Amino acid sequence: MDIKKITVALAGNPNSGKTTIFNSLTGLHQHVGNYPGVTVEKKTGSCRFEQHQLEIVDLPGTYSLTAYSIEEIVTRNFILEEKPDVVIDVVDASNIERNLYLAVQLMELNVPLVLAFNMSDIARQKGLVFDIETLSVLFDAKIVQTVGNKQQGMDELLKAVVETTKNPQPNYTDRIKYGTEIENEIVKLCGLPGINSRWTALKLLEQDADVLKQIDNPETIKTCQESIGKLKNIFGEEPEIIIADRRYGFISGACQETIKNTSESRHNRSDAIDTVITHKFLGLPIFITLMYLVFDITFKLGEWPMAWLEMFFGWLGQIISGFWPAGSESILKSLLVDGIISGVGGVIVFLPNIMLLFAAIAILEDSGYMARAAFVTDRFMHKIGLHGKSFIPMLIGFGCSIPAIMACRILENRRNRITTILITPLMSCGARLTIYALIIPAFFAERWRGPVMWLIYFIGIVLAVAAAKILRITLLKGETVPFVMELPPYRMPTAKSVLIHMWERGRLYLKKAGTVILLISIILWAAAKYPQTNPDRLANLSDAEAQTVMLKHSIIGRAGVALEPMLKPLGFDYKIATALIGATAAKEVFVAQMGIVYAVGEHEDVSVLQKKLRADYTPLQGFCIMLFCLISAPCVATIAATRTETGKWKWAILQWGGLTAMAYVITLIVYQAGRLFL
Amino acid sequence: MVQTHTLLRDITSGTKVRLFKIDAGQALKARLAAMGFLPGVQFTVMNNGHPGPFIINLKSSRIVLGRGMAGKISVKPI
Repeated sequence: MDIKKITVALAGNPNSGKTTIFNSLTGLHQHVGNYPGVTVEKKTGSCRFEQHQLEIVDLPGTYSLTAYSIEEIVTRNFILEEKPDVVIDVVDASNIERNLYLAVQLMELNVPLVLAFNMSDIARQKGLVFDIETLSVLFDAKIVQTVGNKQQGMDELLKAVVETTKNPQPNYTDRIKYGTEIENEIVKLCGLPGINSRWTALKLLEQDADVLKQIDNPETIKTCQESIGKLKNIFGEEPEIIIADRRYGFISGACQETIKNTSESRHNRSDAIDTVITHKFLGLPIFITLMYLVFDITFKLGEWPMAWLEMFFGWLGQIISGFWPAGSESILKSLLVDGIISGVGGVIVFLPNIMLLFAAIAILEDSGYMARAAFVTDRFMHKIGLHGKSFIPMLIGFGCSIPAIMACRILENRRNRITTILITPLMSCGARLTIYALIIPAFFAERWRGPVMWLIYFIGIVLAVAAAKILRITLLKGETVPFVMELPPYRMPTAKSVLIHMWERGRLYLKKAGTVILLISIILWAAAKYPQTNPDRLANLSDAEAQTVMLKHSIIGRAGVALEPMLKPLGFDYKIATALIGATAAKEVFVAQMGIVYAVGEHEDVSVLQKKLRADYTPLQGFCIMLFCLISAPCVATIAATRTETGKWKWAILQWGGLTAMAYVITLIVYQAGRLFL
Repeated sequence: MVQTHTLLRDITSGTKVRLFKIDAGQALKARLAAMGFLPGVQFTVMNNGHPGPFIINLKSSRIVLGRGMAGKISVKPI
């Protein structure tokens, strides 16, 4: 039998449970990419239903289809240009009026529409009763009640999609009337050169900058301005306000007839929680405690799987070494064991930490706390010229700078966005966590480990605040922009969504370990191995002495030695310098490189390296290593992300140079001052 | 003359108000309109988070509004 292909676009408000539905429909058959030209993440997935192959595109979450944010433009351009066979609008059934605003705008685009009334269980609990049949007639679309996180209604949803493709396409264009005055102007504009649809005419009246940009006929623009002027005169208000009002009018009309509300309480429990969480005095301590817990748990839980991974790599190293007779010197063995296993393995052992941290971030996000964190932090973010929303990318920055920098798109104002992008690398990312996880247990007693870790993270935050303040009064001067953000009701995060998030990030990390870090490990291994020292020179030396001589003779050793005079005042010797060279490519390489420098790898685990470090350095030096790694040169991928997101190399270079200079000065002060007192 | 319109900034937590006017640029006004901030609409101030942002209840959504913006929105307590 023929397999029919159907393209489905999934639209919906943020927090409507759109992603949950996407995950339910596609499972792990997902692909993450980018929309052409912009850096908005594009998720696609597929699923089979009866004789149909469905390609599902998860559009960005938006409240409306104005041109206010990149996401909104991406959403509507996708629908206009790609013409999906069906658009599913995921509607939070417990907050129907607000959510239907997007549905109305999708109708204006005149696409075959299916409405998923999601979280219908919560709506029912809240006493909302829907007359689905009448609503379906009013919106001329099939409506399916779903509970995304319990996978309820998925088959019905797919069935509705398939049926919608079979039916003739409805004509929504005259469904919503904007009143005689506006309708008259729409008719006047339709048919002018450059205006090929009612939608275009409507958007022009709404003074939509993006649509206006595409009109090049001066006559059309002139007529358009006349129409807008006329409407302003009639209403004493911008036309887009009136149009929005009419849309809400249509919605509330439809809802009044079809929705019975037995009690108004969607937010009752949420509000009760909020009186504590967003409390004037309690809010901040709660926020700080939660952050502390996140990092504490990340570590405590991460210890076991980390130990298993270490055991595994130790065992693997032994097995591979076993292929060669004991005591023989094989280049291949050295490459495999000292280069690849210790390099890549040294990075992979931190995978559990990274995944736990991302799980924690996913829980904070899915539960609705992240938006509260933005609220709570706005008070002091405002003081440094940013607003609470900037805190979200910064928080993601604790996982990885790259998604964090990409998340800066939620900031509408350019100055705000660039400032946040530039300071985001000061949030200790997961890769730097691997450095701390190596250094802290090596130098600090059990009971000090938590506080030292906390201190390092805290220093990053303080520096970020200072840097933001400085940027906002120098390079990025300007007024602060208005802060508007929706607080979603608190929700229990689902295991599935958290796991998928964890898996996605974990996979990216593994991919990095398998590609970039593998390559760097091999290069660094070779740079540490070659050129080889004449064996005669090692004859009378102890193992440790021989190792030092060999390292100093190698390429990386020489580079490290060359840098040593510059880094000496910071307490770093050439060994650390060599590892820092590696860290410029990717921070976690620091750990791998230390492993190679100390020739750890052969049936040995991290604790051996830690023992060696403890023998060579003081806790102050250990702390300075962490400090320098925290602040200095963000990794290559971060720089690339900054370049893409800001559109200019200038900012990327400024970020790299500025942070490195800052790292140098601060570490210098700390080390020199520390030496006086310790 | 009795002043009937107050700035949102000065409204205390728990007060129900009707939106009168937003004094902002075109883009921001359009954005707020899409969120339901239309003249005549009723909403409740959940939390005048002095000195931080506001939380308001509009069409059963909780929306955070920065303090600066609350100074540009005039409302009438009801």
